[in-house]
Amino acid sequence: MTAELTRLTAAELAKKIHSREVSAVEVAQAHLDRIAAVDGEVHAFLHVATGAALASAGMVDESLAAGTAPASPLAGVPLALKDVFTTLDMPTTAGSKILEGWRPPYDATVSSRLRAAGITILGKTNMDEFAMGSSTEYSAYGTTRNPWDTTRVPGGSGGGSAAALAAFEAPLAIGTDTGGSIRQPAAFTGTVGVKPTYGGVSRFGLIACASSLDQGGPCARTVLDAALLHEVIAGHDPLDSTSIDERVPAVVEAARLGASGDLSGLRIGVVREMGGEGYQSGVRASFEEALRQLEKLGAEAVEVSCPHFEYGLAAYYLILPSEVSSNLARFDAMRYGLRVDKGASAEEVMAATREAGFGPEVKRRIMLGTYALSSGYYDAYYGQAQKVRTLIARDFAAAFAQADVLVSPTTPTTAFPIGDKVDDPLAMYLNDLATIPTNLAGTAALSVPSGLADGLPVGLQVMAPALGEAVMYRVGAAYEAARNAEDGGPLIHRAPSLHTQVGDAA
Amino acid sequence: MSELASESSTRRAATLVDFDEVVERFDPMLGLEVHVELNTNTKMFCGCPTAFGAEPNTQVCPTCLGLPGSLPVVNRTAVESAMRIGLALNCDIAPWGRFARKNYFYPDMPKNFQTSQYDEPIAVNGHLDVLLDDGTTVRVEIERAHMEEDTGKSLHVGGATGRIHGAEYSLLDYNRAGVPLIEIVTKMIPGTRERAPEVARAYVTALRDLLRALGVSDVRMDQGSMRCDVNLSLSPRDSGILGTRTETKNVNSLRSVERAVRYEMTRQAGVLLAGEPIVQETRHFEEAGGTTRPGRRKETAEDYRYFPEPDLVPIAPPAEWVEELRGTLPELPWERRRRLQADWSLTDEELRDLVNAGALDLIEATVAAGAPAGEARSWWVAYLTQQANARGVELPGLPITPEQVARVIELVASGSLNNKLARQVVDGVLADEGSPDDVVAARGLAVVSDEGALVTAVDEALAAQPDIAEKIRGGKVQAAGAIVGAVMKATKGQADAKRVRELVLERCT
Repeated sequence: MTAELTRLTAAELAKKIHSREVSAVEVAQAHLDRIAAVDGEVHAFLHVATGAALASAGMVDESLAAGTAPASPLAGVPLALKDVFTTLDMPTTAGSKILEGWRPPYDATVSSRLRAAGITILGKTNMDEFAMGSSTEYSAYGTTRNPWDTTRVPGGSGGGSAAALAAFEAPLAIGTDTGGSIRQPAAFTGTVGVKPTYGGVSRFGLIACASSLDQGGPCARTVLDAALLHEVIAGHDPLDSTSIDERVPAVVEAARLGASGDLSGLRIGVVREMGGEGYQSGVRASFEEALRQLEKLGAEAVEVSCPHFEYGLAAYYLILPSEVSSNLARFDAMRYGLRVDKGASAEEVMAATREAGFGPEVKRRIMLGTYALSSGYYDAYYGQAQKVRTLIARDFAAAFAQADVLVSPTTPTTAFPIGDKVDDPLAMYLNDLATIPTNLAGTAALSVPSGLADGLPVGLQVMAPALGEAVMYRVGAAYEAARNAEDGGPLIHRAPSLHTQVGDAA
Repeated sequence: MSELASESSTRRAATLVDFDEVVERFDPMLGLEVHVELNTNTKMFCGCPTAFGAEPNTQVCPTCLGLPGSLPVVNRTAVESAMRIGLALNCDIAPWGRFARKNYFYPDMPKNFQTSQYDEPIAVNGHLDVLLDDGTTVRVEIERAHMEEDTGKSLHVGGATGRIHGAEYSLLDYNRAGVPLIEIVTKMIPGTRERAPEVARAYVTALRDLLRALGVSDVRMDQGSMRCDVNLSLSPRDSGILGTRTETKNVNSLRSVERAVRYEMTRQAGVLLAGEPIVQETRHFEEAGGTTRPGRRKETAEDYRYFPEPDLVPIAPPAEWVEELRGTLPELPWERRRRLQADWSLTDEELRDLVNAGALDLIEATVAAGAPAGEARSWWVAYLTQQANARGVELPGLPITPEQVARVIELVASGSLNNKLARQVVDGVLADEGSPDDVVAARGLAVVSDEGALVTAVDEALAAQPDIAEKIRGGKVQAAGAIVGAVMKATKGQADAKRVRELVLERCT
C-alpha cells in the first residue's frame, strides 16, 4: 500500500486524500518511509522534518474529517523544499557551512503559501552552495546522487529537489532557477521543472544568489502537478518589490487543455542557435524526435534566430557574480551563522569566517563579481553584460513575434559522472548554455522529459514570453501526453529501482 | 574597515594661522553635506518603527537586520518627503531613478552594503537663499538630494579612543539601521571669504528651518536626526586654483558648524604656509576644543562598487504626483519672513533682529491668538526679552505661551489691566502661578472699575489737596496729574488712570 502511494502523482494523491480514501498522514508516512529507505543512497535531503510533516498532515485530515473543504487542490500532498527558502520550523542552510545550524526567525512567502495550502513539507533538499553549481557537488553537505544512476550527478543547483522526485521520496518539490537550477536537474532526472516569469513567484525568504535572475518554481513528475503547485506559490507579494502585480496565468487549466493533445494553430519556434555544436548526439536526436511529435500534435514548427544568445553565458557570468559578491557580503559572523573567532578585530573575524564558511565555487564567484564591479572595470564588464541582457531580451521579443513558444534541448548533455567537471568550472558552466537566456530576459521556461539518450533522461525545454506560462504549460502537457502514449507510460516509471542499483554499483 | 592607520604616523601638529591672515591670503571653498533622518513612522525599506531612544535592537526585523532571504520595500512616505524637500529646495525631480548598493564591510551595516542613490538622485540642481546676520542673503546652490538608509549604531567599549580600533569589544544597536535618510549636498560655495563660517552656519540654520516647516524631520542635531559634514579647501587668494579638501564629520550643532569651518581654515592655512600639502581625509570635529582631528585615514581609495539595487524597482514619479506634492508645500520660511515683514511693516533690520532673537514664531503665534501685531511684537522684544536675558534663557525658553501673552494684551485692551498690572500678571505666569486669569484672581490685580469707589477716591483726593483742586477749577487742567497720582496710589495702582483723570476733570467743573 505505502509503496504504491509514493508512485502516485500529486493530483492522484490529492484526490485520494480529499475523498478520504487515504489519510494525509498515511501519505506523509509513506514518503517518510521511502526517504528512510533510499535517502542514505540518494542524499536528496539535508533535513527531514518527520514530526512537523506528520503534524501538518494530521491537521489536513482533521479539517477534512470536520467536513471543511481542502485548503487547496494540493492539501495533504507532501513536498520537498529546496533548502534556500527560510522556514521557521526547520534549519535553512542554502547548502553552505556558513549557515550551518541557522534557524530563521521567519518563513519565506513560498513557505507560508505552502503551509496555507495544507501541503506537507517533508523537509529541505540539498543544493549547490547558495545555488551556485550544476551538480550539487558544491554543497557543503555532500553530493546528491542521480536516482537513474547513482554514480552520476542529479544536476544542480536544485539536484536535491529533482532527485527527491525521481527517487519517489516526494511527488512535489520546490526549486529555484537562476540560470537553469530547476530545469537542468529536471532534465537530468526525467522530471518536470518550471522556471516562472521573473517576478511571478515571490523571492521574499529565498536566500539570494543573484537577485535579478533568481526565481522560485515548481518541480514535479508531471506537467499537471507542476501547474497545480505553480498556482499555489505564484502571485503578487507586497514584500517583494520585483513581484508582478498581475493575475497568475491559468496554468492548471492550460495543462489540462494541453493533455487533450491538440496543438493545432500553435507555432513552435526552433532557435537556430541552440542545439547544434556542443550538444550530445543523443540529446540532439531526442530533440528532433520531440519536434516531430509536436508537429504531429498539430503545431507548426518555424525556425527563429536569436543571434545574441551566444553571448548569454558570458554576460551571465558577469552579472551573476557581481550580484553574488554583494548579496553574500552579509555573511560576516556578526549576527548569525558560522563565526570563526580568529584574530582580534571584527575585520579579522569576518575574513576568517568567510574563509572557513564558503566553498570554492562561492569564493570564485565572489572574487569574479568583486572584480567586475570595481572602479574602472564596471563599464567594461557589468555595463557591457547588461547591454547583452537587453539584446537577448530583444531576441526573445522578435522570436515570440514569430512563434508562440520556443523549444530547445534543456541541456547540452545528459547527467555526467560525479567528479567529472567539479575541477573544470568552464565545463560546468556550459551545462546552462540553453537555460541562461531565459533568466537574463526574465521570461518563462519549463523542462519536460523527452525520453532517454544512452539510458539517461533528456529534457525538452519550452520557453514562453513573460507571463506566457499558460501556452507553455499547454505545450508541455500535450507533449508529455503524446510521449507517454507512445512509450506506454511515464518515463519516470522506467527509472531503475534504487535497491537493485546498490547491487549493480558494488 | 578603515581605521587602520595610527594617527601619529607622519603628520606634525599644524600651526594655526590668525583668521584675518587666512582670509588675506586664501579663498575658502566651502561645501556642506547634510544628512537628515526623516520622521516617517517606519523605516526606509521595512515596517519597523523609527522612534528614537527605544531599547537597543527592539525595532528590528529580518529586512533591517539583513537576514538571509529578506528583501526591501520602499517607504512611499519617505519618497514623498524626499520629493517635497527637493521641491522646497527648488530642485528638479528626476522622472526616473534607481537605488544603488554602496558596498563596504562594517559591523553596524547589516547587509554590508548601504542601499542609497548614487548617480540617479531623486532631486538635483536647486538652491536655498540664506539670510545672514546683517540682513543680506546668500544663494547656496544645491547639487543634489538623495535617499538612503541609516546604519546601526556601534558602541566601542574599552580602548582609549572610543573607536573600533583598540576597543575590547563593541556593542551594536540596529534600531537605527534602515531609518530613512536624505542627504542634501551643496555645490561648492565660492566667494564667502571671511564670512565662510557664518555662511555655513546660516545655511544649516536655513535648511533646518525649511525642513522643520516641511514637517519631514525632527531636525534635532543633538539627537543626530540632522548631521552635517563640512567640506573645505583653501585656494591661494584670487588664484582660482582648487585646493585639496578635507571632510569634517561629527559636527553636531549650529555653533559647531561655524567653529569647524573657522578651525579648518586656520589649520589648513598653517599647513599650506609651512609648505606642506593638505591630506585629503575625513576629520572629526572635537566639540570640547573646537578643533578637528584626523579620522579614518584612507590608505587606498575606498571602492564602493556601486551598482543598481536589483531588489528594488526604479522610482518613477509621474509628473502629476510631483505637482500634487508641490501643492502640499507649506509656506516656506523665506516666504513667511517676507509676508510678516510686509504685514508688520518691518524694516530689514527689525526683521533680522526678530529672526535672530527667535521671536518670529512667538510673535506670529501671539497674533494668531488674537493680539494686535504691534503689541505682540512690543511684549516679546521688550519686557519678555528683558525677562529672558535676566534668566539667561532664549526667548522660546521662557515659561509663558504666546496664547498667555495674547490674553494679557486682551486684558489691557479691555481696560481690565493697565500696563503696570499687566507686567505683574506676566511675572506671575513666569513664576509658575498659572494662567494670566489665575494670576489676576490670586493677586487681586484687576483695575478698580467700580465707578462709585473711584468717585469717592477722587473726591477724597481733591478734598485732601484743596489748593490743587482750586487750580484745576481755575482751568489749569495739567494740575490734574497730581490728583490722578494720589488716586492711583490710594488704589494701589489698580485704577484705570485714564478714567481717573476724566473723573477728576468732571468733579472740578
